[in-house]
Amino acid sequence: MEIPYTAKIRPDTGLYNAKLGIWLFLASEIMLFGALFSSYILLRVGAEPGTWPQGLLNVPLGTFNTLVLICSSVTVVLGWAALKMNQFNKYRIYQGITILCALIFMVVKSFEYHDKFVHYFVRLNDGTEMNGHIEGNPMFMTLAKLKQQNKAEFVFHPDAPKADHKEEGNAGVAHATMTIQTADVRKLESWGPWHNTFLAIYFTLTALHALHVIGGALVIFMIWGPLAGMWKTDPERYTNRVEVSGLFWHFVDLVWIFLFPVLYLL
Amino acid sequence: MQPKTHDTKHHDAHAPDHHELGFWQKYVFSTDHKVIGVQYGVTALIFMFFGFLLMMAMRWQIAYPGQPMPLVGGLLESILGDVASGGVMSSDLYNAFGAMHGTVMVFLAIVPLAFGAFGNLIIPLQIGAPDMAFPRLNMVSYQSYVVGGVIMMVSFFIPGGAAQAGWTSYSPLATLIPTDGQTYWLIGMIFLITSSLLGSVNVLATIIQLRAPGMNWMRLPFFVWAQFVTAFLLLLAFPPLEAAGVMQLMDKVFHTSFFLPTGLAVGGEFADISGGGSPLLWQHLFWFLGHPEVYVLILPALGIVCEILANNTRKPIWGYKSLVYSALLIGFLSFIVWAHHMYLTGMGSKISTFFQTTTMIISIPSVIILTCYFITLWGGSIRFNTPMLFALAFLPMFGIGGLTGLPLGFNFSDLHLHDSYYVIAHFHYVVAPGTIFALFAGIYYWFPKMTGRMMSEGLGKIHFWLSLLFMNLIFQPMFMQGMAGMSRRMADGGANYSQAVVGEGATLTDTIMHLNTTISWAAWGLALAQIPFIWNFFWSIRSGKKIESDNPWNATTLEWQTPTPPPHGNFVGPIEVHRGPYEYSVPGRSTDFTPQNEK
Amino acid sequence: MSDAHDAQAVKAAVRKYLIIFGALIVGTIVTVLVSFVHFGEEGSNTINILVALAIASVKAFLVAGYFMHLISERKMIYGILLATVFFFAGLMYLTVWSMEPVNLVHIKADVP
Repeated sequence: MEIPYTAKIRPDTGLYNAKLGIWLFLASEIMLFGALFSSYILLRVGAEPGTWPQGLLNVPLGTFNTLVLICSSVTVVLGWAALKMNQFNKYRIYQGITILCALIFMVVKSFEYHDKFVHYFVRLNDGTEMNGHIEGNPMFMTLAKLKQQNKAEFVFHPDAPKADHKEEGNAGVAHATMTIQTADVRKLESWGPWHNTFLAIYFTLTALHALHVIGGALVIFMIWGPLAGMWKTDPERYTNRVEVSGLFWHFVDLVWIFLFPVLYLL
Repeated sequence: MQPKTHDTKHHDAHAPDHHELGFWQKYVFSTDHKVIGVQYGVTALIFMFFGFLLMMAMRWQIAYPGQPMPLVGGLLESILGDVASGGVMSSDLYNAFGAMHGTVMVFLAIVPLAFGAFGNLIIPLQIGAPDMAFPRLNMVSYQSYVVGGVIMMVSFFIPGGAAQAGWTSYSPLATLIPTDGQTYWLIGMIFLITSSLLGSVNVLATIIQLRAPGMNWMRLPFFVWAQFVTAFLLLLAFPPLEAAGVMQLMDKVFHTSFFLPTGLAVGGEFADISGGGSPLLWQHLFWFLGHPEVYVLILPALGIVCEILANNTRKPIWGYKSLVYSALLIGFLSFIVWAHHMYLTGMGSKISTFFQTTTMIISIPSVIILTCYFITLWGGSIRFNTPMLFALAFLPMFGIGGLTGLPLGFNFSDLHLHDSYYVIAHFHYVVAPGTIFALFAGIYYWFPKMTGRMMSEGLGKIHFWLSLLFMNLIFQPMFMQGMAGMSRRMADGGANYSQAVVGEGATLTDTIMHLNTTISWAAWGLALAQIPFIWNFFWSIRSGKKIESDNPWNATTLEWQTPTPPPHGNFVGPIEVHRGPYEYSVPGRSTDFTPQNEK
Repeated sequence: MSDAHDAQAVKAAVRKYLIIFGALIVGTIVTVLVSFVHFGEEGSNTINILVALAIASVKAFLVAGYFMHLISERKMIYGILLATVFFFAGLMYLTVWSMEPVNLVHIKADVP
């Protein structure tokens, strides 16, 4: 038994099965990310005026990652073109760069995440609010954990004030390193998704996107490495696979093209 | 061409690449659409029975609040512990059962049965394809469904029990209930949604790409069209719920505030949350799936009924093209009616009018479809076999369900009826004696194709008449209860509520309260009525009457032009389609049916 | 993909891909630079948002149109995507519309 149109194109639709399949899948992905974008807009519009935080993210790193993803998108399409021109080795190099780009993206992303997890918001009993770092840069520290570890005090490095982003600056607070008594602290939390709605949607969107990057890179890697034998047995179908995985990869890039300005710049 | 029995063994000899598969590959990790279809079917039927059991336990609590449950009370206490202490169902357990009854019935029973099982089994056969377009994806889709189902089932046994916030899981309630049931529910849903997405991609690709030569769009059986639209609804409506599920999961696990507003107070104190979220956002995203989901439940049923009506009236379906366009219109409109579930959220009158208007418009194609079916009956020489009886009963039952939906679609009357038993009666009329009857019809109708044996007509008729009787005894009184003002989701069936308002003119009368008992006994009667079906199903697999040809119903569509049961790859030779799907009683023909592949 | 089956057409396409690559990089840098400039009235960043989204849309068009070969794709795909975009727009527009009169009730609370 052979399923028709796995490699050949069906004349009346002009498509082979997998290509139609991936576009259908991408349609559902548009709805998935679309719903999250809608939620973002809704929550932002609904936020109390002036409270939506801006400038929390590292723009140079974000820009760098954007360029990395664009670069990987180009190598994907060049790799596919190389296969079309029967240049298997060239394809190997291009897709190798793609996988490398995916790795770089993830590494940069994890640094960005880490930056947030060691960044803290503190509210003292007297109502003082500060953002900054705890000496030793622990991740996910909370008041409960401090008490559990019997730490009576900790060293805190408040952020320097930013002229253009007043919202999260530390206006009116000394910016020198200080020692805070645990007993004086009312609330201590890292800048994880729980800190505010912006970080919540930032982490949700980027984590979901990162899952797509990982998934896409794995598939591209499988086709590039372990499954490459198909190039000899069924080159047409192999090229199709590269094209289909490429379509998915471009979509991942596309999502990022919108995520970057929406989360980092606006 | 006279129908003849094909020899399967003969076929195998001609397929050199065919080799005997081991048990696991053949029945568990199969990529054959028919095996996957049967897997879906059996699993979904088990879940449907389970969902029904939950409801039967709840009906005891509604009819006899606070009294220990007979038979199962002790069992529940020993399994679930405190929530059923002394064999009495606690409010928590009632809530959990209620939430899980809805979840199980919608996501684990009916959709998998209507779309997963019938879609998988019948679509490739009806369009003349050797299998689904992506067989391995198909297998993964089923497995993902099983994993989702297992997670849902496991949640009953964790501390605190299963999700308790209703199948709609409205936030903040769903987020604030301190137990982990909701987390399990969300993770289970993510697996179920994945399963549906993969399934719908597969069905769409199969219908678009794998139609046999000559099977153009207007020659597709209406069942295939119905599944096509269903798949589109699943594909585009489920992802927003997945997004919402992820966000609620974030709320639940990482304490974000997507659906939790600023200043939310719990138990008189401000909750320790960042706030800034929107509870209504959840409702929007949920009902953006929720309403198309209704059509996911009903469209496959309409498709099944269409096949059976045409076959048993021995007439072409009346208005085939209007059926197709109506189904497409339903699919299109179902995406822009969802907020009629939310009239009470205080949305503005303009937007409310918009949704009211679209809701009224969407009833038009549904009525067109039903009308076409009724006209098809006109002047037919009807065969009253079991599948036909179920299909015929579907028409008025779905009719009642649909018409009683109109008062819910108007925002002014919905203000009174919202969240009452009237709503329950309405959608159960659509889904229970509606969709489930159609699914029974489908099982009786296609059973011989899969097994080579007929199900017993006598038992089938007992099953039908008793089910019809009890279904109406259950749901008809609920309309009265709802209009009298009885709210749903009350763990004692309204006992406290009816006493609380005595003397203020808004009381639930004794008559209304007594209906609780009537309904409960009817529900248990309905359970007894399923025994003939279960017996019939298993007994007929081995001992049913053997069919004499591959086409026992003398049907026209392609699934009957294969050997019985169809072998791997389905068709013996290349198949070509020459005519439309319902060419019954064509003048000048020697038989009263002309198969699609006959020249 | 269009009729670029022969190597010649693909070769021509490669040139196109590289040009688009350049355009995407320029687009990214422009987006970042523009974000430091404030357009429109004080206190409102509507125009900034529109500019950023416009650039993003152009970039998206380039990726979808050329890298994903959408500009020479089959009708079937267009149909699917049109339906998707329509429903997405419906979801966003109707949701925002229906939340409008409600808005969120802002309670300035002394959150612990």
